[in-house]
Amino acid sequence: MLVSVSILTLLAVTAIAIARIGDLWAAVMFTGIFSFLGASWMLILDAPDVAFTEAAVGAGISTVLMLGTLALTGKKEKPTKSSPIVPLFVVGVTGAALIYGTLDMPHFGDRHSPVQTRIDPGFVEKSQPDMHGLPNVVTGLLGSYRGYDTLGETAVIFTAGIAVILILRREPKEKETERSTGKKGKSL
Amino acid sequence: MNSFPIIRVVTKLMIPYILLFGLYVQFHGDFGPGGGFQAGVILASAFILYGLVFGLPAVKAVAPTKVIEKLIALGVLIYAGTGLATTLIGRADGGHGNDHFDHAHADHTHSDVVEMAQANFLDYEALNHDVLHGFLPHGQHLGIFLIELGVGITVTAVMIMIFYCFAGRSERFGQGKGAADAGLQSTAKEATA
Repeated sequence: MLVSVSILTLLAVTAIAIARIGDLWAAVMFTGIFSFLGASWMLILDAPDVAFTEAAVGAGISTVLMLGTLALTGKKEKPTKSSPIVPLFVVGVTGAALIYGTLDMPHFGDRHSPVQTRIDPGFVEKSQPDMHGLPNVVTGLLGSYRGYDTLGETAVIFTAGIAVILILRREPKEKETERSTGKKGKSL
Repeated sequence: MNSFPIIRVVTKLMIPYILLFGLYVQFHGDFGPGGGFQAGVILASAFILYGLVFGLPAVKAVAPTKVIEKLIALGVLIYAGTGLATTLIGRADGGHGNDHFDHAHADHTHSDVVEMAQANFLDYEALNHDVLHGFLPHGQHLGIFLIELGVGITVTAVMIMIFYCFAGRSERFGQGKGAADAGLQSTAKEATA
């Protein structure tokens, strides 16, 4: 309980810090910390797979990619000139609506909630014999029962990778021609 | 960043363990938490760490761009190929691919097994075999192993490739400097300009 409350508090504090801070280096570091706290929170919720992914992708790789982006852009956030009242109003209303929406939801860990009652318990029991003794139900679910889904996810990652290559990659040849024609300064 | 001896030494010490952990998550994912996606990201992070500290040319010598871009496609092909293989094998067996398997799993009701032994895409029951029973993975286990391998290869390659793309655009990075160095210098230049 104490750990949960402190992690959630730290998550909120980190989120506010990211929004408020003007130094982009620090903001990137705070997003890494936010992801790491999120991973800890997932571990408390007994979801080690998600925690793994969040720690590796959120805290690790995306932080590095953000730093790589910062190396290409500036270090400081541009000061905003417009008044913050309208955005604050929109965010406040949206936040209030979301909190109002959670009032109807079952309490955390409620064993009468639809999540706990609607799933056929035989599903977990059958998984191990179905998978010839694989103990990890999550892997059996993602890999076998819902193999199509995971194939689709892999295709999404493939497509994303190809898209990034198409948009961002700069061929060495291209660089040379840019240098020779003196367009380098403009393209940067 | 490559001028700091402590960072260089600690990085070199850590990379083997990161790779080992990545492989553990990959091949132990059917027993513990983990799987191809997580393993791929962990493996890629080892390469990215190496690139950050020793520069883009150094990591490209280890994992050339041409190999990485082919691995992106290879992973998806392994996954889809596993599906095609189950379809073809299942059809060749005429839907009796795992009759010999019933005796080993008495708790599996017979009707279930026959029903599942159709020639379906990604139906790993078709991969059942009796070679080195108990040592080599088979059936569902083999299928999950193969597709997780495919996911792992694609994710590793995509993550490394995204890093290459970002780092490759930073001019300083290509000349053997670390990314953080490059970032600091370019931002310092902007500040003075």
